[in-house]
Amino acid sequence: MSDQIIPPDQDPGASWAGVVNFIDRQLCGPYKNLRATYRRGLAGVDQSSRGLYGKLFADLGTEQQVTVLRQMEEGKAPGAIWKHASSSEFFGYVVDHTMQGYYGDPRHGGNREGVSWKMLGLPYPPIRGRQQNAPKKPNA
Amino acid sequence: MALKHVNAVVVGSGAGGGIVAKELAEAGLSVVLLERGKWFTSADDRKDDLRNQRTSVLGPSFGPDERNPRVYADSSGGEHVVPSNHWAYSNNAACVGGGTLSYGAMAWRFMEQDFRLRSTYGAVEGSTLEDWPISYQDLEPFYEKAEWEIGVSGDDSANVFRAPRRRPLPMPPLSPNRSFQILKPAAERLGLHPFHIPMLRNSVPYNGRGACIRCRWCVGYACEVSAKCGTQNTVIPRAIETGNCELRAECIAKEVITNERGRVTGVAYFDAEGRLQEQTADLVVVSCSAVESPRLLLNSKSRMFPNGLGNRYDWVGRNLQGHSYTGASGLFEQEIYDDLGPGASIAICDFNHGNPGFVAGGLLANEFLRSPYQVASAAAEVGIPRWGAAHKDFMRHYFKRNMTVMGPMQEMPVFESRVQVDPKVKDAWGIPVARISGRHHPNDLLGAEFMAGKAEAWLKEAGASKTFRLHWTFLDIPSGGQHQAGTCRMGNDPKISVVDKYCRVHDMDNLYVIDGSVHVNNGGFNPVLTIMAIAYHASDNLVKTWKGAHGRG
Repeated sequence: MSDQIIPPDQDPGASWAGVVNFIDRQLCGPYKNLRATYRRGLAGVDQSSRGLYGKLFADLGTEQQVTVLRQMEEGKAPGAIWKHASSSEFFGYVVDHTMQGYYGDPRHGGNREGVSWKMLGLPYPPIRGRQQNAPKKPNA
Repeated sequence: MALKHVNAVVVGSGAGGGIVAKELAEAGLSVVLLERGKWFTSADDRKDDLRNQRTSVLGPSFGPDERNPRVYADSSGGEHVVPSNHWAYSNNAACVGGGTLSYGAMAWRFMEQDFRLRSTYGAVEGSTLEDWPISYQDLEPFYEKAEWEIGVSGDDSANVFRAPRRRPLPMPPLSPNRSFQILKPAAERLGLHPFHIPMLRNSVPYNGRGACIRCRWCVGYACEVSAKCGTQNTVIPRAIETGNCELRAECIAKEVITNERGRVTGVAYFDAEGRLQEQTADLVVVSCSAVESPRLLLNSKSRMFPNGLGNRYDWVGRNLQGHSYTGASGLFEQEIYDDLGPGASIAICDFNHGNPGFVAGGLLANEFLRSPYQVASAAAEVGIPRWGAAHKDFMRHYFKRNMTVMGPMQEMPVFESRVQVDPKVKDAWGIPVARISGRHHPNDLLGAEFMAGKAEAWLKEAGASKTFRLHWTFLDIPSGGQHQAGTCRMGNDPKISVVDKYCRVHDMDNLYVIDGSVHVNNGGFNPVLTIMAIAYHASDNLVKTWKGAHGRG
């Protein structure tokens, strides 16, 4: 799911960067009151996938996965769970937490090797202070 | 064992309380400075882009923690118990120095009109807008004192709209960053008057501390080299050095105590070990910011004051306001991001007053450096899908090629926007928590739209290929947060204000509120320098009228 939110291309995607690990860790800490939301929501994703394509989400192709997520975002995804919980709210959490895990500080379990900061051209590791005056390697 | 009696207890060590403690201690009064948070230094700050005072998705770095909930009552009557990193909490900070430890540190003087908005624009329907009981001229010497004692760099000489000043700023501005260099000629082409933002930040060594190292960990963080000037690295150490001031951190004020004659006798508080203590004093200064100050006054109930202190006419906690932020973002084809902190560097005051169709206005300035997560989560504001390949492409291409110009729109005070104490919810110490409710005045929306248009025009002139107006103002919720103000308004008439022009609570001999709460309106500016000037102004009067402990009995 996170790999559809930040897909791999010439730069690694969310799951390589450890976003799932980031979310797991936060669910044991600052986001512990969202555990039930996640449990219910992830079950809902599979319900929607089955409803639309007769398969689990993980077994779908990219286009089908994106369709499921779009429908969740718009609150139109099928599934009994979404009668009691908002699919767009759950998807909103996953998007936000994926962004945090991918673009945030690696100390929280995501952004492995500072991959997103490398992608953006930000000096890494972020030594406190300015690095612009560091001498450049010759023949880099 | 009873604590030794002192001349003054100051509750809260932020922009207001830190200055009052130092001024009183230097004048020879014995002072106890109570602070609910800890004393942090830069070494305690891990420079974490998900856990700081600006982006607190994983919690705030400088408090308060989960022991301090608040209640937010929405416009449809729903009540929510919210933690400090929830938007409706209106958090500032809980630490020695308060917000000044981690702020962006813009050091604005209000303009002359800001102190007499009512006479400038007339009465505004649906607003409690009034003139201040003090003028810009009354505060001018104290603005100057704040600029020189705390330390301000910048250069506002090109700001033709500024109020007159006797002395220039003590430090020159930081060298211009790239967005300054792009925005300045663009503003001039539009006939605007751009200048270097005054900042409470050392641009050169000053007051025994070094200069800014231009890192990206600025607003929301404790400065790595203590070049950012707050009360925690200026006046509070000086207060302690006098030998007259004792700082007690991690102390939670419970109530201000009064005797049977209606005189304040001290403060009851829980110390760092959770023991209830009573610190007696000749006078008490409440400087807990615009949510916690009214909470403390309202929680200080007694037979003589059944509705709390200073609240005879139900004005304590009223008129809560912060700022309606407004502006625009632009996407550029050239690189803007140069990793030179703090980022914010250039401003205009062309639209603070005299705009068509609405009352007042605000400054516009470029934004501080944004972290990757901040840019990623703001993508929807610039018309980019929130997720997927398009979002990632946007980040890769535009992270270094975007610029935001924005500013604080002066809000019209609304009586129904208020802080109360919640009848049910209590904090970890058993003290009733603050309950926040209210709404915006329609004028704020009009102004926000106008200002957003001006910001957009500036960005277009600067070469933005695409621009987007930003809207963060919603009518049915009040603002507050780090610019919170207004809840213990100053005024001459006790029926429609809480404190007098020297911040003394009406009808109380020896109780003062000295922080942003006393602002009648909050200017189209970041309010901290005005809070500091008011603290110097009120302290000056306090010291001059101090007759000694026995003279006041």
